[in-house]
Amino acid sequence: MTEPILLAIVVATALAFDFTNGFHDTGNAMATSIATRALKPKQAVILSATLNFVGAFLSIAVAATIAKGIVDSVAVTLPIVLAGLAGAIVWNLITWLLSIPSSSSHALVGGVVGAVLAGVGTSAVLWGGLVSKVLIPALIAPLLAIAVGSIATWLVMRITRGVAEKQNDKMFRWGQIGSASLVSLAHGTNDAQKTMGIILLALIAAGAVAPDAGVPLWVIASCALAMGLGTYTGGWRVIRTLGKGLVELSSRQGMAAETSSATVILASSHFGYSLSTTHVATGSILGSGVGMKGASVRWGVAGRMFIAWLITVPAAAAAGAIFFFISNAFGETVGPFVAFGILIAVAIFIWFLARRRPVSATNVNDEWDPHKESETFVAESIARHDPTIMRVRKRRLKKKKKRPKAPQQKKKKKKKVAKGKSKKAKS
Amino acid sequence: MTTYVEWDALAQVAIFGIIVGAGLPALFALGVRALDGPGTQRGKGQPRPRFRVILAWTCFGLVAAAALGAVIFIASGGH
Repeated sequence: MTEPILLAIVVATALAFDFTNGFHDTGNAMATSIATRALKPKQAVILSATLNFVGAFLSIAVAATIAKGIVDSVAVTLPIVLAGLAGAIVWNLITWLLSIPSSSSHALVGGVVGAVLAGVGTSAVLWGGLVSKVLIPALIAPLLAIAVGSIATWLVMRITRGVAEKQNDKMFRWGQIGSASLVSLAHGTNDAQKTMGIILLALIAAGAVAPDAGVPLWVIASCALAMGLGTYTGGWRVIRTLGKGLVELSSRQGMAAETSSATVILASSHFGYSLSTTHVATGSILGSGVGMKGASVRWGVAGRMFIAWLITVPAAAAAGAIFFFISNAFGETVGPFVAFGILIAVAIFIWFLARRRPVSATNVNDEWDPHKESETFVAESIARHDPTIMRVRKRRLKKKKKRPKAPQQKKKKKKKVAKGKSKKAKS
Repeated sequence: MTTYVEWDALAQVAIFGIIVGAGLPALFALGVRALDGPGTQRGKGQPRPRFRVILAWTCFGLVAAAALGAVIFIASGGH
């Protein structure tokens, strides 16, 4: 009796997860194009949303990995899928609250694996698939993105050395529209498929489709729609912080970085690798700093990504397992609804906590040095899913405008202090 | 599915990533250089040499075609 209701809840939760993914990640693709004024904000958002939507239809290799490649889909039940999804969402919210860099993709995999471990046991987890399709690619893809991004930037910088800056900017802005579109497409391809995979897993668990079935069209369409809508709504928020040209990435760097992200993600999707698009985008931006002479690269970002890679899957797995145990303790009929209720309660609780925090968060950010390379800000904010990092810069710039006669020495002093602090933070 | 590391597929991703990911921006950059690089303006008001314009648009065309082709390749799931 409760099976169809439960299935509907799982599908709705998965689509909500998809929506927030689109909501979060518009910045990755379109931020640089808006910042370099290659595209108007409205055009950029519509383009990105459309391409995310289209990208979701391109391939289903990643969906197959999630649904059939990492756990034994026959042994899985609906409460397990719900528990896994709930674990992933809760872990995502916690990392968002504490600004620990995380990846929603890794969290999704971790949550499902944890719930399956708790519900069925180690035999139902396909360890080979988990390692070869998720963990290893998740580690290698960002490294590859760093390599490709640096090679691309180096080549571009070298080839266009003799070209006037004005002409370079004009031309590469055009190029950026293309590369940003590719990133959106790649994002839709890899990330929307993860949700498809979860929904397919739920459908198999509920017996609605055969275990060897492909992804039904309505699943693809609804995931594509959820992601497109998320991108569209999230875009406006990103634009408020980015739209005024605060981040001044060179358009040559931006284009090189975006192309490298897009190719790495698309190629990985082709082989069914589920990877973090955020990590790849950050890797490319780091790479574009490596490839450019005189640009500073903040390797701390890379270190944090590595820690996130290390922590996310086990932590989300633990969360998924806890949700399963709670759900199991209340019996088969009521349990899943209790678990779902707890998920909603935790989500609301964390949202309240997050609303109380901004004051202290901005205070922390105030200590940062506004003269740092702008792309490190982009990398930082993308890695931490936090656009406020870039907003701080705007406030400081305003302050600077208000006091144009600020003595030069003071500035230097501030810089030193900030540098010392960042070094401390690193160690 | 017994192997934990799919060297073959990973190598393909790496090669594809480096050739396309670094090659396309480089090709685009070549086009930009052909249009506006040193030596394009022979004198004030004089047009660019025609072969440079052709070279530039060939580069841009190749970039667009390669991007489109790659997307179609992924979409068709082909090997």
